[in-house]
Amino acid sequence: MAVLVDEHTRLAVAGITGREGSFHTLNNRAYGTNVVGGVTPGKGGRDVEGIPVFDSWEQAAKEVEPNTAMIFVPPRFAADSILEAAASGVALVVAITEGIPAHDELRVYNTLKRDYPGARLIGPNCPGILSPGKANVGIIPASFFKEGNVGVVSRSGTLTYQIGNEIAQAGFGCSSIVGIGGDPVPGSSFVDVLELFQTDDQTELIVLAGEIGGSAEEQAADYIGGHPGKPVVAYIAGFTAPEGKQMGHAGAIVSGSSGTAAAKARALEAKGVRVGRTPTEVAEIAVEVLGGASLPAR
Amino acid sequence: MTCEGPSPRLPPIPLESRAAMDLLEYQGKQLLARHGLAVSDGKAVATVEDAVRAANEIGYPVVVKAQVLIGGRGKAGGVKLAADEAQAREHAQNILGLDIRGHIVRTLWIEHASDIASEYYASVLLDRQASQPLVIFSVEGGVEIEQVAKESPEKLVRRNVDALEGLSRAEAVEIATDAGADADVVQGVADALTALYEVWTQEDATLVEINPLIITPEREVRALDAKISLDGNALYRHPENQSLSDSENEDPIERRAKEQGVQYVKLDGDIGVLGNGAGLVMSTLDVVARAGGSPANFLDAGGGSDAEKIKQAVQLILANDAVKAVLFNIFGGITRCDEVARGLIAAFEEITPAVPFVVRLDGTNDVEGRRLLQEAALPNVYAARTMNEAAEKVVALAAAQSVGTPG
Repeated sequence: MAVLVDEHTRLAVAGITGREGSFHTLNNRAYGTNVVGGVTPGKGGRDVEGIPVFDSWEQAAKEVEPNTAMIFVPPRFAADSILEAAASGVALVVAITEGIPAHDELRVYNTLKRDYPGARLIGPNCPGILSPGKANVGIIPASFFKEGNVGVVSRSGTLTYQIGNEIAQAGFGCSSIVGIGGDPVPGSSFVDVLELFQTDDQTELIVLAGEIGGSAEEQAADYIGGHPGKPVVAYIAGFTAPEGKQMGHAGAIVSGSSGTAAAKARALEAKGVRVGRTPTEVAEIAVEVLGGASLPAR
Repeated sequence: MTCEGPSPRLPPIPLESRAAMDLLEYQGKQLLARHGLAVSDGKAVATVEDAVRAANEIGYPVVVKAQVLIGGRGKAGGVKLAADEAQAREHAQNILGLDIRGHIVRTLWIEHASDIASEYYASVLLDRQASQPLVIFSVEGGVEIEQVAKESPEKLVRRNVDALEGLSRAEAVEIATDAGADADVVQGVADALTALYEVWTQEDATLVEINPLIITPEREVRALDAKISLDGNALYRHPENQSLSDSENEDPIERRAKEQGVQYVKLDGDIGVLGNGAGLVMSTLDVVARAGGSPANFLDAGGGSDAEKIKQAVQLILANDAVKAVLFNIFGGITRCDEVARGLIAAFEEITPAVPFVVRLDGTNDVEGRRLLQEAALPNVYAARTMNEAAEKVVALAAAQSVGTPG
């Protein structure tokens, strides 16, 4: 089944006429994703290698009925583009754009929640979602992954590729790989995606890749502790990250955590999640768990 | 006097927020004043003579305060009260040039000393867990606020604000009242909270923290310190704030990196590291450390790095004399491995690095990238197929360099 994107995905892309936007849109189409249109204000009526371009999300929605939006526009236009896509009735918005101001992200998150509760945002500042063999929405290099039963959710783009690749090298495939992005106000959290994987038939094991800062991993640990289900293996990047200054103390009061990799690993391990110390070790643990539990004997 | 909230335990820098721009106290106070919050009259100076002149103008007693982006200034001797010109001169002499945990004091803020009846605490920040703004207020200010949070959490009022509605007057009054602010200053505190929230939203701040927010014997509410971080991603909306970064105190390589739009953090080791994406670079540092090596830097070349950017990044890494070997760890998504290879080749055309390179290329256009590197046959550049193999190789090469070049 996979999560979020699959053969039913009808993708439209904001920023399709840009250099990166067109490159990755065409990559997604070449992979087999059904790309139905693009949105660039002022360029309606043109096409990108046969993909029709519209002036607005409203128009794209009327003409080609996308159910998934990908946002590739520059940071200062991204917030409005996300909200317009949601307003047009798209159920899933995947925002690749990096460098969106935090206050814009806050406005987007809370506006979606209030006005478009049916729309789900993944990202921003994320690599997108790949469901191997079904659809690729974003910039994940698909050739490194195969179809299988491991669900991957990650805050970091390239680290996701690394871990997915290690899993593939170990002989396993992925149901879906979901990059939620590392920005302060992500549209979807680890917990949101863990919930999706828990109810997905294809997924038998979940790999969670986090990094230092914030408390998303601690929240994920609490969720896992309260919702026993499929096994979760975790990785945290940043054990040797530079120590440095912190402005003020308010952040630590809020999170109640130091935000270090060690603290996050402890929080996860306390709920029975095994934490690999390198991407390779994560794959090894995944193989051990899957090999022993749910794979048919060869 | 003011208490700086020393932080002996230093948490890591969240790398995704490296775009944050931290303001010096006096810069923060100027922003606060612009939004209607009372601060003491003062002057920023860079020499002893200017400090004395400023103190004479302002009138004694004055406070001489080191302007550095690190807590614990008071304990380090960076904040002193001066009753007269002789003391102002003595303190300015002692504090200018002082090294406060790696931060050299180059600027002093001279302000008129305030009489204090009470010390409160106030901050506005992004509550990442709730994805909402958060206002924190306490009448137990002037001390380390983490301690108050731990020992008497009931003395700390935390209130999430609806990001779309903003902080209402009624909410501000309620926060002050709930925290037990003196009845005669509740309105003044509410004004101050409103001003802080305005700074937070209108200046695109990620943190506005005042400790202490004082009540004078005349019952005026005034900010005696200011810790403000602005969102670097939103600077295009605030051209007037662009000059506020504390570039004097930055490491010269870090400053150059920032100008080039590259995320670089200098570390203590001898293995230069370049990767794409903060998570992968952090992971690379971890894997190098596990292989027994010690990274010399964190360098995230970012997504979509072109050849020119890679060339500049190589030059940044090699600008650190401690580097004995360099590891390139690329897993291309938006970054194309052939561009990375071209950048490395271009760098070698201009400079001949004296240290070995280990290059691991995977992802978008990796076959082309590896082919380019193989054909270029750069001296002292080794290919590795996996991250672990690359880390082990670079650690071995760095160790061999150490043996080969004494000193």
